[in-house]
Amino acid sequence: MSNLLSPELLANIGKTSPPRLELVTRKDIRKYAIATQQRDRRFLDGDEAPPMFYLALFWPVPDNGQLSPDGVAVDPLLPEFPLKRAMAGGLKIEYHRDIHPGDVLQATRELCAIYQKDGSSGPLIFYEILMRVVNERGEPVVTEKTTRILR
Amino acid sequence: MSTPAVPDIDTLEPGQLLPVREFHADTVHLFQYNAVLWNSHRIHFDYPYAREAEGYPALVMAGPQLGDWMHQCVTDWLGGKGRLCSMEYSNRRAAFVGDTLRSTGTVQAVDRSSGEVTIAVAIVNQNGEVLAPGTAVAVLAP
Repeated sequence: MSNLLSPELLANIGKTSPPRLELVTRKDIRKYAIATQQRDRRFLDGDEAPPMFYLALFWPVPDNGQLSPDGVAVDPLLPEFPLKRAMAGGLKIEYHRDIHPGDVLQATRELCAIYQKDGSSGPLIFYEILMRVVNERGEPVVTEKTTRILR
Repeated sequence: MSTPAVPDIDTLEPGQLLPVREFHADTVHLFQYNAVLWNSHRIHFDYPYAREAEGYPALVMAGPQLGDWMHQCVTDWLGGKGRLCSMEYSNRRAAFVGDTLRSTGTVQAVDRSSGEVTIAVAIVNQNGEVLAPGTAVAVLAP
């Protein structure tokens, strides 16, 4: 198996994004709850956020010109990989605290792993991003590890 | 095995099924979901692009939207009688507008001393294909 991972590429492991602060609003919770067809009144009324609401809260809002031709935001945390086609990976989410309107949450993202495996149709590159969401007191709210696969 | 109507840590057993919920993958909820995220990936709204550039037969449902439906399988069942602690899942196959999807859950393990319940969850399409398998861990109130 040829090694696709140069020392320069691997040097990106540990790279972090600048922290992002976002205010949770009742309206945003309600929109998310309706879009995801929630049934729980706490969520539909916006009194509490459904667990995966954090994903919408911290989805990137790129400036014009920062989208790739397929409409996906270019992730500044990622280096240029030798393989381009992204496949679905996995997600592991730990929920530490509930989210409510008025919360101000901070998210930081870290590129925590890059590795290569042999697939049936050639080499695959895996990378992992760890996102930590904390509240104003620095207490953990959500921890998410995403694994993506490139072929 | 029969579905426990109300989760009860004292009577819950591995193999018990959570209520199944059916979702009809439609363009309105697909639009709303991606609008809420600010997700402009063209496979979700630009059918000529999805078909010609990416080779999909229809508009593609958003992967985390399926993830949310797996979450609801557990949170709806808990109904305030417990707390979802973690969820792990992967999107293995795409779901398309027009699909009829089901969220399913099966109790895998029960720890009565801590109240922790491990549940295998999944999103399955109308052909019985598992699109997204996952594992949830919840803690039931005593």
